[in-house]
Parts: sequence; structure tokens; C-alpha cells
Amino acid sequence: MAEPLLQLEAVRKRYGQGELATEVLHGIDLRLDHGEFAALIGPSGSGKSTLLNLIGLLDRPSAGRILIQGRDTAALDEAALTALRGRILGFVFQFHYLIDAFSAEENVMMPLMAARGRPTPDMRRTAAELLAAVGLAGLEKRPANKLSGGQQQRVAIARALAANPPLVLADEPTGNLDTASADEVFALLRRFNAERGTAFLVVTHDPRLAARCDRIIRLVDGRIVEDRRVNQGS
Amino acid sequence: MPFACLVAVRFLREGRFQTVLIAGGIAIGVAVIVFITALIGGLQASTIERTLGTQPHIVVRPPKELARPLRDDGAAVTLPNVQPRAQRLRSIDQWQTLQAELAAHPGVAALSPLVSGPGLAVRGEANESIALLGIEPERYLRIVDVAAKLVAGRFRVSATEAVIGVELADDLGARVGDKIRIETAGGRSETFTVAGIFDLGSRDLNQRYVYIGLRSAQTLLDLVGGVSQIDLKVKEIFSAEAIARDIAAATSLTADSWMTTNAQLLTALRAQSISTGIIRFFVALSVAFGIASVLVVSVVQRARDIGILRAMGTPRRRVMAVFLIQGGLLGLIGSSLGVAAGAGLALLFMRVTGGRLFTLEMEPSLFLGATALATLTGLAAATAPALRAARLDPVTVIRG
Ligand SMILES: Nc1ncnc2c1ncn2[C@@H]1O[C@H](COP(=O)(O)OP(=O)(O)OP(=O)(O)O)[C@@H](O)[C@H]1O
Ligand SMILES: [Mg+2]
Repeated sequence: MAEPLLQLEAVRKRYGQGELATEVLHGIDLRLDHGEFAALIGPSGSGKSTLLNLIGLLDRPSAGRILIQGRDTAALDEAALTALRGRILGFVFQFHYLIDAFSAEENVMMPLMAARGRPTPDMRRTAAELLAAVGLAGLEKRPANKLSGGQQQRVAIARALAANPPLVLADEPTGNLDTASADEVFALLRRFNAERGTAFLVVTHDPRLAARCDRIIRLVDGRIVEDRRVNQGS
Repeated sequence: MPFACLVAVRFLREGRFQTVLIAGGIAIGVAVIVFITALIGGLQASTIERTLGTQPHIVVRPPKELARPLRDDGAAVTLPNVQPRAQRLRSIDQWQTLQAELAAHPGVAALSPLVSGPGLAVRGEANESIALLGIEPERYLRIVDVAAKLVAGRFRVSATEAVIGVELADDLGARVGDKIRIETAGGRSETFTVAGIFDLGSRDLNQRYVYIGLRSAQTLLDLVGGVSQIDLKVKEIFSAEAIARDIAAATSLTADSWMTTNAQLLTALRAQSISTGIIRFFVALSVAFGIASVLVVSVVQRARDIGILRAMGTPRRRVMAVFLIQGGLLGLIGSSLGVAAGAGLALLFMRVTGGRLFTLEMEPSLFLGATALATLTGLAAATAPALRAARLDPVTVIRG
């Protein structure tokens, strides 16, 4: 593919001001293409979440450029970033971050409703399909807080895919789940990657799961120390 | 339903306990406002009605005769010695023409010409000084409905029949059917049968007023063919002063409205309105603070949800709308309950007092106004929390 989905050029992130300022990311160069399935690994505190938040347009870099589909995001204002986030990106977090006051279905519809301003029957259909795809058919109307941890995380995955974004960012999506649920959830991500061509960038501490990705990016102390392809040809 | 409404409703429903508490608080505030507004409105209306029940809205009289300086005879230049002149009873010039003109005024509802002057009521040994009012009963009753205030007999006035007040009847020892003699200056006198006895609710009026036929009064007061005043009733009572000024300016007659005559009463009523206005303002203010504080807390509690909404691509203005709508809805729900409670309170008040005191003023405009005002207050109170919510940084929330 000619145009990379995502491109980071010398991205730095500093927290704090003046004397107390600490740089957490020291010049990250990274390119991610459509349809990739990459793991982001590294020790705790190495800056994985920080990097993901920058890519997710939830935060701005202190230096360097972040280009999404060739577009420099530095020039965009808050409203434009929000709109771009809704269209291009899906999120899955370690904690599911569903809204308890909403049903499973409404949580899935959230990115669509947020962008369009009101629910439509189309959105409901999309949500039902996605919930069925993550194995939660029949639980559409159940309030989010009445689902098990694994079910909640699957709803969160369905939600990340609702707007059919080209890139999904997942920060330890299985970190809170037992091994069996973690495997199921991971398998789901892989399936959506295969079926829809959605690119994934998954932060994980689990080497077993990292090994099931196509690419492993290792971050240590705010620097990428390793970036390799795995499973080539499998 | 728009997304922002959906989220607002869900948030309110999920925070049930808080929602109920603050809606209750708003309801109490609105109930107080509705109740005191109805109470004071009713009180003032009944006060004015009682005042105007015994007097015309406007009285038109001949101009006051000016006092002329009198010179000390033959003396050198001295300061003019001015003395107010005793007012003679005079007729209004060409009162028939004037009457027609006044009747044509769009603000005037009814008018009645009359002759009034001092006299003496005599019965046996007793004699009392009175104010004689010669009227055309049909027309006069449309200005002051004395017929409705009779305690005995009927309202019939003519050349032989008079209607008097209860105190005077007592003083004279007269009852319906008894004869009284009325004397006036210049030695004129006439005998009348008491046809009815009224109670105007004022000791002074009950003691002094004696109604007789216009013609008899004209004769007794030496004003044949003339009238000493024209009483008016206007359509809109608070326009009386303006109309009186119109008349005075156009005719060079004296025109006094009830608003001038009862200036003190009006000042008192106005002061009362201002103080209830202040009470209402502060109650509304405390309701607004209540709504704002609940929403500020709710923004903190909802920080996680707001962060999620923002991360999922919800624009700031929509997050703001969620909290504005919550404020508006709280105002709407609370005030609907409050209006019902206030109306209930007013009805209870009327039942307890048996409607003897006065009727509370309960108009749809009061209810709608209170509801609209509370809803707007809710919206306004939600502005600060809504701005806070919109400014929330999703990263700090997502970081956990
Ligand atoms: N808002 C902040 N202000 C100051 N320092 C911060 C802030 N957020 C993160 N940091 C620091 O940045 C560094 C990287 O944090 P980050 O959360 O990105 O690590 P991580 O790789 O995701 O760790 P983990 O695996 O434990 O989730 C840490 O040293 C952290 O203390
Ligand atoms: Mg992290």
C-alpha cells in the first residue's frame, strides 16, 4: 500500500514543565500499514500507554509528527481531532470502559451515535451483527454492568469496530481476563483482522499472545529497541 | 431521540437517588414560589376589589375655585393675605355634553352623574349629619353595586324613598319602612321612607351615605338641572389614573382616580409585591445553586463516562449538551411536581380558610411561567458544570 495508515516521525513526549519535566518518549519513528496486526510490548513504565494515547489522538506529542493516512494531525484543532478519532480509530482498553447506564447494544452504537448525533435503525443493525460476531447474540438489551468481565471486553471490541475504523488500538485488552477468556478475546481480534482487514496495534504483557501477532514492537525506556515480523508465511 | 438527550436521561435515571433528591428540592422551591404568588396575588386582588367595591374608579368634578388674595382695606402694600375659599356646591357646566363625551372614551366602562352635598338626617329627637347622594339608581349600581351590599330592604331610591347605611340606621333608630326627614342648608327639607339599609364595610360610609333620587337631591341641594360630579368605572382598573389625566387635560375639570385617592394603599401593595419578588428571587437562586452543585458533583462522578464518550469521538459541544439537558430536565421535572404541590397547598389553604378570606389567584400562566422559569434556571445552572464536563481531558480519565 502506497500511503501508510499511520506514520510517526521523531515523536517525543514530555510530562511536566521546566526542571521537573521528564521525557517519556525519546524520538519514536514508526510506520503501520493497513491490515497489520502488531504487538507493542515492553516493561512497565516504558511508555506503551503514552504512545498509544498519542496515536489515538487523545494527547498531543511534545515534538515530532503524527500522520494519519498521510495527514499531519498537528494542524488539526480539538474538534477535528475528535471527528478524526471517531472515524479512523477504535479503542479497546484494559478496563472495558463501557458506560454502565447503557445497554450492550447502546455501548456498541456509541461511536456511531457520537458522530451522527442520534441513533438510527442502521446503527442498531450494525450493533446486533457485531454483538453476534463476538458471541453475544441475545444480550443486546442487557445493561453493561450486568455482563461478566469477558463479555464486557467483547462488547468493548464490538464497540471499537462499530464505525468500521481502519485501525484499532488495544491497551492490554486481555490484561484483566483469565487465560481462557483472554484467548477467546484475542482470537476475536485476529478474526476481525482477517475478515475486515482492520489493522490492530495491541499492547500486551503476555509473550504467548505477542507471539501470535504478525509483528512485535518492543519499547524500552521510551525507545523502540526491536521491531520484527513474526509468523511470516503462516 | 438525539444522542445527548439519550445520555442525559440515562445519567439521570442511573443516578436515581440524586435525581430524586434534587428534583424534590426544586419542587419545594417551586411550590413555595407558586404558593406565595397565588397567595399575594389573591390578597392584593381582594384588597383592591374591596377598596373599589365602595368607590368609583374616577370622580369628575368642577374645577376648584381659586383662592383670591384679599387686600387689607386702605392699608399700605402688605403681603397678600391668602385664604382658601370655602367651596360652594356647583354644577358641572354642560354636563350632558360632557357625559356623552366621557361615555365615548374607549377606556370607560360605565358612568353615572350624581349630586352630592351635605345634609342632616332627622328622626324624632335624633339628628345626624350626612352626605346626601342623589343618583340614577340603574346607572349608579353599575359603578358601585350597593344593591349587593344590602342587609335589609331593597335598593329603591326616588323622590320618596332613600337607602341608608347600617350605622346611620342604628343612630337614628330607623328600620326599613320608617320615615326620616332630610334637611339641607337654606331650610329645605323632605321626608323619605327608608327602603333599604346597606353595609359598605366602612363605618364612615355606613354612617354618612344616604342615597336618594337625583331630582330630589337637586332640589334639596339647590342645584336644579345640574350635577356636582360624574362617577366613572373604567375597563382596566390600573388605567384609571391615565384616563383621569386625559379627562382633566381635555376638560379643565378635576378628575381624581382611585389610584390617587388610595395612593397609600397602592404604595403598600407595591412594597408587598417587591418583597415577594425578592423572596421568589432568592428561592429561585437557591434552587439554581442546588441544581448546579448536584451537577458539579455529577460531572466528577461521571468523569469516566465523559472520558469514554470523548474518546469514542463525541464532540465537546455534545458533552456540554448532555449536562445542559440534565439541568433543564431536572428543572422541568422538579417544577412540574412543585407546581402541583403549590397548587395543592393553595387549594388546602382555601379549604382550611373556607374561602372566607379571599380566593388565591391560580392562573395557567402562573403554572406555565413557573415551569418555564425553573427549566431555564436549570439550564442556566447547568452551564458551569457543562463547561467543566466539556473541558475534561479524556486521557487523564482513560489512564485510570
Ligand atoms: N500524566 C503523566 N504525568 C507524568 N508522568 C507520566 C504521566 N503519564 C505517564 N507518566 C509516566 O510516563 C512513563 C510511561 O508511562 P506509561 O503509562 O506510558 O507506561 P506503560 O508502558 O503503559 O506501563 P504499563 O505497562 O505499566 O502500563 C511512566 O514513568 C509514567 O510514570
Ligand atoms: Mg500502560
